Amino acid sequence: MSLGRRGFLQFCLGAGAGITFSPLPWKLMDDISIWSQTFRGIPIEVPVPPVGEVNIEKSVCTLCPGGCGISVRKIKNRAVKIEGAEGHPINDGGICILGVAGLYQLYGGARVKGPLKRAGNRGEGKWEEISWSAAISEISKKLSQIRRNGSAHTVACISGKDRGTVPQLFKRLLTAYGSPNFISMPSSEDTERLGLKLMQGEDASVGYDLENARYILSFGSGLIDGWGSPVRVFRANSAWREEAVKGLAKVVQIEPRLSNTAAKADRWVPIAPGTEAALALGFAHVIIKERRYNKNFVMNHCFGFEDWTDNSGKVHKGLKRMVLKDYSPDVVSEITGISVSKIVALAREFARAKRPLAVCGRGKGSTPEGLQEFMAIYALNTLVGNINKTGGVRALPEVRTTAWPGVAQDAIAKRGMNQPRFDRAGTKAFPVTESLFNQLSGLMNTGKGAYTLSALLVYGANPYYTAHDKAAVAEALDSIPFIVSFSSHMDETAQHADFILPSHTNLERYEDVPTPAGLNVPIIGLSRPVVDPEYDTKHVGDTVIALGKSIDGIADSFVWDDYESLLKETMGGKWDTLIGEGYWKDAGYSPAAWSSGFKTPSGKFEFFATGLYRAGIRSHNDNDYLPRYKPVVLEGDPGSYPLVLIPIESTRLADGAVANPPYLTKTVADTVLKNNDIFVEVNPKTAAAYGLSEGAVAMLKTPTGEVKVRTHMYEGVRPGVVAIPTGLGHSAYDDYLSGKGVNANEVIGTVEDPISGLDIAWGSRASLVGII
Amino acid sequence: MSAQHEKKESAASSPIVIVFFIIGLAVSLFVGWSIFPKLLYSQKKQPIDFSHSIHLDAVGDCESCHFFREDGSFSGIPELSNCVECHEEAQGEDPEEIKLIENYIEPNKEIPWLVYSRQPDCVFFSHAAHVKMGELECKTCHGMIGESDHVEIYEENRITGYSRNIWGKSIGGFKSNTWDRMKMDDCAECHEEHGTNQACFVCHK
Repeated sequence: MSLGRRGFLQFCLGAGAGITFSPLPWKLMDDISIWSQTFRGIPIEVPVPPVGEVNIEKSVCTLCPGGCGISVRKIKNRAVKIEGAEGHPINDGGICILGVAGLYQLYGGARVKGPLKRAGNRGEGKWEEISWSAAISEISKKLSQIRRNGSAHTVACISGKDRGTVPQLFKRLLTAYGSPNFISMPSSEDTERLGLKLMQGEDASVGYDLENARYILSFGSGLIDGWGSPVRVFRANSAWREEAVKGLAKVVQIEPRLSNTAAKADRWVPIAPGTEAALALGFAHVIIKERRYNKNFVMNHCFGFEDWTDNSGKVHKGLKRMVLKDYSPDVVSEITGISVSKIVALAREFARAKRPLAVCGRGKGSTPEGLQEFMAIYALNTLVGNINKTGGVRALPEVRTTAWPGVAQDAIAKRGMNQPRFDRAGTKAFPVTESLFNQLSGLMNTGKGAYTLSALLVYGANPYYTAHDKAAVAEALDSIPFIVSFSSHMDETAQHADFILPSHTNLERYEDVPTPAGLNVPIIGLSRPVVDPEYDTKHVGDTVIALGKSIDGIADSFVWDDYESLLKETMGGKWDTLIGEGYWKDAGYSPAAWSSGFKTPSGKFEFFATGLYRAGIRSHNDNDYLPRYKPVVLEGDPGSYPLVLIPIESTRLADGAVANPPYLTKTVADTVLKNNDIFVEVNPKTAAAYGLSEGAVAMLKTPTGEVKVRTHMYEGVRPGVVAIPTGLGHSAYDDYLSGKGVNANEVIGTVEDPISGLDIAWGSRASLVGII
Repeated sequence: MSAQHEKKESAASSPIVIVFFIIGLAVSLFVGWSIFPKLLYSQKKQPIDFSHSIHLDAVGDCESCHFFREDGSFSGIPELSNCVECHEEAQGEDPEEIKLIENYIEPNKEIPWLVYSRQPDCVFFSHAAHVKMGELECKTCHGMIGESDHVEIYEENRITGYSRNIWGKSIGGFKSNTWDRMKMDDCAECHEEHGTNQACFVCHK
């Protein structure tokens, strides 16, 4: 008996039949399907929280300056969920989308896992791992050498913010070292603080009493799009909505685009981009002309409303004369595109309203507004007398903490500190401004700086990504021969550094969080370590102290053992409350009475900013000292660039130094980002004029650069305006973030405010050309 | 003539051909029922040969070691700290206890237990819902493990990485007790009997 062909086939048939009656195929199918669920890395690894006992740790979120209290759910040493802390005065249990996704900052990709020294060319991505002691020693050797050569002032530091102990430590490092070049990244708070200094004579932030305001006139502020301390404003907005139903509150959003804030407002006023100051002064015109202002406040506690005479007998123009002459509703209507009747009606409504409040700072407030624009909008609050009143505005002082011992400056340090700042802040050019990051690239790329910078320290900032005119900034920073980044992540700036001294990220460190922008009461939050550090990182404060101790000649200014003891000492009696509650609130705070509320030389609120004159700004035109609309002249001629480009800022996409967690990218519509393509919004009328259809691919060109985009037709954007989302287009970080869309800062240039010197570019001229 | 010849040959060879069919059938049934499970599962030993019966006698109930925390979450497999409560020092001379102390308690290292009942990550299971609210007994799902003197060999599915206990010891998927299997069908069966919500998201969050 031989097998033969037929026998073989029969065998196979038998085997086939047998297999179907065995568990093999069914079990295999089941197992393979289960196996397919456990694919790792393709396309995305799904993090699965560990099981175990739950611990809740309280901290403060540091991903934006909002200062929200958070409760972090932990299993063993693994943080598994971030929630808003119940009872916290800022957010009371609420949390924003970025805060919820905050674990990505800790556990996500692109963390710098230990100190790195550049091995290849700048930006090439070749690094050599180095020990902390070797890194500190090499960097301090380099900085000591620069110092010995008499060039201490040529070392600069770019910091994400300037308040709080960590930025102040960097500032101290430079002061002891001998450099005046501590540069903080700009925001609308810069202009607001400057405005308050001039008008109210105080070093303070503007506190908006949103919770108690009942008529909110928002000049483009993204109240529910991430402005101020976002969760706090969401909550205030909810309260307004409840009141609005009863006819007790009203929100008016003045903005060229129908943002979320505009959509949820009671009225949307689609203004021509950049003309908000004109509208504010138009309102002022109506209020003054119809004598609807608060006479008691304006007459008794304000200076510069009426014309006034200086010591030399010269008569100066007051706000009243200027506004009545220059900002009649007809003129303002022409500028803003808002009808005369609407201007008059809104002005009357605002003046008549119970607890009116004018709010400024476009979008999230990441770009400063012009100084005189701020003064114009703020003047509306003054006219209705809501300064220091419930539901109004107030100059919010800093929470007092224990002062540090004075900086021990040697001769080199003194010599260095006597040099002018490189960015010209505080010099004759811009005497009232503290810090002007935007001046760097111009001065460096044209060689017009007073000197050249030889080293740069960067912390809490990512200027290669967040600065307008990205290409110019990159060129400027690349020319600095020695850059040290303190970033926790491999961001665009860290990529171009020579050394990276990685810092603990959120949830791994102590840090004080000063009063967030716009808050109505002084508060300090305490961010604290919730988990042990994931990698070989250090607290940035400890790194700075270590550098201070090892750079020649400055160790005397760094007497602390570590940052934690410094923080504890600085917080003094507040420390126990901070540890127990997570925040310290000045419960006894109430704004000063009008009679004693103003620290200006006149003791009054100043419409006419005499502080500018005292600072050395000389002009024969009184309008230069008053709230005013001065058109921002955007670069590029309207012939070649007929459209106006504005940014879209949203809570769904983090666009600052803290990069957008990819989870957020997944929440945006496919009319914002589809695959890797970014969409710009254009009005259907504009689209028709340029022959563009929904989803059409086009080149967006501006004088600063050009990028490929797709178009999304949206009637919520004014004709002639193109709107581009911010927060996309990273080139660094991990695969989930980089290469998604384009960075709006590549196509938005800078515009200098004539007084403050700050970059006030709210947009750019642009053209849109379809690609077939 | 030739057609007739072929027919004759075919008829003559068919019984033999059937033999091949039967051989094929038998081989594949043998492979499917006997060889396949042996290949599919690797055998792993638990780090310590733990006796549930000794411990149950000593502590009295399952909940002494497998307890609910205050927040309602279930502790599952005890952590080392639980063992330390009694075994900080050796209570006898059992080599397994010595192993526990030398390998885990002294270096303060968690015991890498292999969990027979571990479910895939896509499954959400709450002990509180079943034990506290549904009033199920431990043994309904976990069987007589509390009475065992030794830990059984952990058979790991080479494809999925999960324990054989999920599919059940019977490769054919047959069961005679509720605790014989822990597949989705078994969950669903009980949910159906009790009229519990059968929606996907009850278990797959």
